[in-house]
Amino acid sequence: MKQVHFNKYLVALAASLLLLFILNISLGSVRIPVEELFKSLLTDNSSSATYSTIVWQFRLPKALTCILAGAALSVSGLLMQTIFRNPLAGPDVLGLSSGASLMVALVLLISQSASLLVIASNPWAIAIASSMGSSLVFILVIIISNYVKDNTSLLIIGLMISATTAAIVGVLQYVSRAEDLQAFMIWTMGNVGSTGWSEIIVLGIITLTGSGIALLFMKSLNGWLLGDHYAQSLGVNLKRSRFWIVTATSIMAGGVTAFCGPVAFVGLAVPHLIRLLIPTTNHKILLPAVMLGGPILLLFCDMLAQLPGSTLLLPLNAITSMIGAPVVIWMVIRNKKIRV
Amino acid sequence: MMNRKPFLETQRLSVGYTTSKVLFNDINLSLQAGELVCFMGPNGIGKSTLIRTLAGLQEPLSGKIIRGDEKKVAVVLTDKIAASHMTVRELITYGRYPYVNWNITLTEADLLIIDQSIDTVHIRHLLDKKLYELSDGQMQMVMVARALTQETPVILMDEPTAHLDLNNRVEIMNLLRQLTRNSGKAILVATHELDLALQTADLIWLTMPDQSIKTGIPEDLVLDGSIDSVFQFKGFDLKTGKVAHEVYRTTKVNLIGDGPTYLWTRNALERSGLQMDEAGEIDIVIDNGRWRIKEQVFTSLKDLLDAVILK
Repeated sequence: MKQVHFNKYLVALAASLLLLFILNISLGSVRIPVEELFKSLLTDNSSSATYSTIVWQFRLPKALTCILAGAALSVSGLLMQTIFRNPLAGPDVLGLSSGASLMVALVLLISQSASLLVIASNPWAIAIASSMGSSLVFILVIIISNYVKDNTSLLIIGLMISATTAAIVGVLQYVSRAEDLQAFMIWTMGNVGSTGWSEIIVLGIITLTGSGIALLFMKSLNGWLLGDHYAQSLGVNLKRSRFWIVTATSIMAGGVTAFCGPVAFVGLAVPHLIRLLIPTTNHKILLPAVMLGGPILLLFCDMLAQLPGSTLLLPLNAITSMIGAPVVIWMVIRNKKIRV
Repeated sequence: MMNRKPFLETQRLSVGYTTSKVLFNDINLSLQAGELVCFMGPNGIGKSTLIRTLAGLQEPLSGKIIRGDEKKVAVVLTDKIAASHMTVRELITYGRYPYVNWNITLTEADLLIIDQSIDTVHIRHLLDKKLYELSDGQMQMVMVARALTQETPVILMDEPTAHLDLNNRVEIMNLLRQLTRNSGKAILVATHELDLALQTADLIWLTMPDQSIKTGIPEDLVLDGSIDSVFQFKGFDLKTGKVAHEVYRTTKVNLIGDGPTYLWTRNALERSGLQMDEAGEIDIVIDNGRWRIKEQVFTSLKDLLDAVILK
């Protein structure tokens, strides 16, 4: 009964996502008319080979990356907020993205200086290293969270973990060769434009797997909201569900970081924006909603980063932070205390 | 009655955290159908730990817990729910979680049970409220409804009346009594609030200083002094169920009358340090809601009190 009532939001979100997807591909330094866009997407005989190349080589991979990364980050953020029962949790805030960055930096820089380019160019290798980095940080944060129960302390610890890994990454950058450096710098600013089809396939598999796990555990996730004891009394297996939720979160946060860099604020902000739109705590509705909401936000941010009609390309993190940070500040002020 | 199979039974149960921190030892207790049992003891004695152990949320140190049918028991704990923008309806739905699949598909039967619990606890008007909008009393009623939705023969509750005002405390306890009478549930309530427990419980489990638990009906435990020995009252007279008043005035008063007016007048006089004595030097006669000392008539108790104290 309640589900039907919320379904209209999901339909609206899906429609907005489709619209933004088309706009995102169509707009950019070169504007592609919508009919040309459909021609090159759906048929072989586009009137312009240039349009076809732009769509297939650049715009479509970038838009798909936005969709996959947006969904993965938002679901990770929601899972973290639920499992910590902390509204300020998110893959970037609690250091998962930095842990992943550190591992990616290590793999990239070491394999390049050792001329092991085979590893550096294999998307799976990068994704696995990155996911390991984020899961290690996640486990560390979970252990620490058993000692500090309040939201603020956990947040500060997350920031400190981020600062530490950022410092190590900084050292690695300092000792690495200049030509590696620029590529790495662009990556740390968040970048959805450098993913090829092989990376997209890896990211797609990771996002589908992570989201699938999250959906399978929606009942446990709801249980987690009540606290350990109540969840247990309702038959939720705490250890098993925590293992799978941590796994899903780590591979998704790690996967996105591997290919797009540590994208800021999306994981934290999207669940809150969705809850603002749909007043529920039920993951049966929240999960599909953030899976649609994350891509919408990232497609939108990417369009702003690549201002239509201009050749200027702004760093993605600058845009997501400019949107995400005020949203969080506004919510804290509006609700005095933001809630899970 | 005693040879019916109990809903929950413990055999040589030891409860605590490590063998160095045993809270209760060798506990043999049972919860019967239709019983409201109050589990009493001072704060910090380990009532919550025993409740959690009985509920299966914590492993016992040793011994056995036998639950009537293998279903879980429902609990109402003191844990705060962090997700405070959850709606009341969402929270009550959780009661069906042990029965629904991973996809949380509620059947017609599930919805009917949810509906019935809402009506039993009379909280239909709260359904769309968020948890942070509820008063402490309303929150407890919602938690009771959630527990009912779980349809378990046993409900275990940890301090359900803590932080509630008198009216809400009475409402909760009356509701629990009704539930045991009407639906035959066994309800165990851990509480340190003596007055309510003595007046509502069918049976009391009393924590003793030697890590054992003594059981008995409230009146027996009062009269044999067990409750006195556990709670070590400082100014509460258990035999009268009132706070003991110290006599600090020399005037003795003979109060003549009956009914509630008599009881409350007496309370006012004793509270003011006067001693009641049939041979007292002042005769106060209660007459049709007024008070008389000789020819002088008082229309309010305060005036009477002022006059008596000034004498």
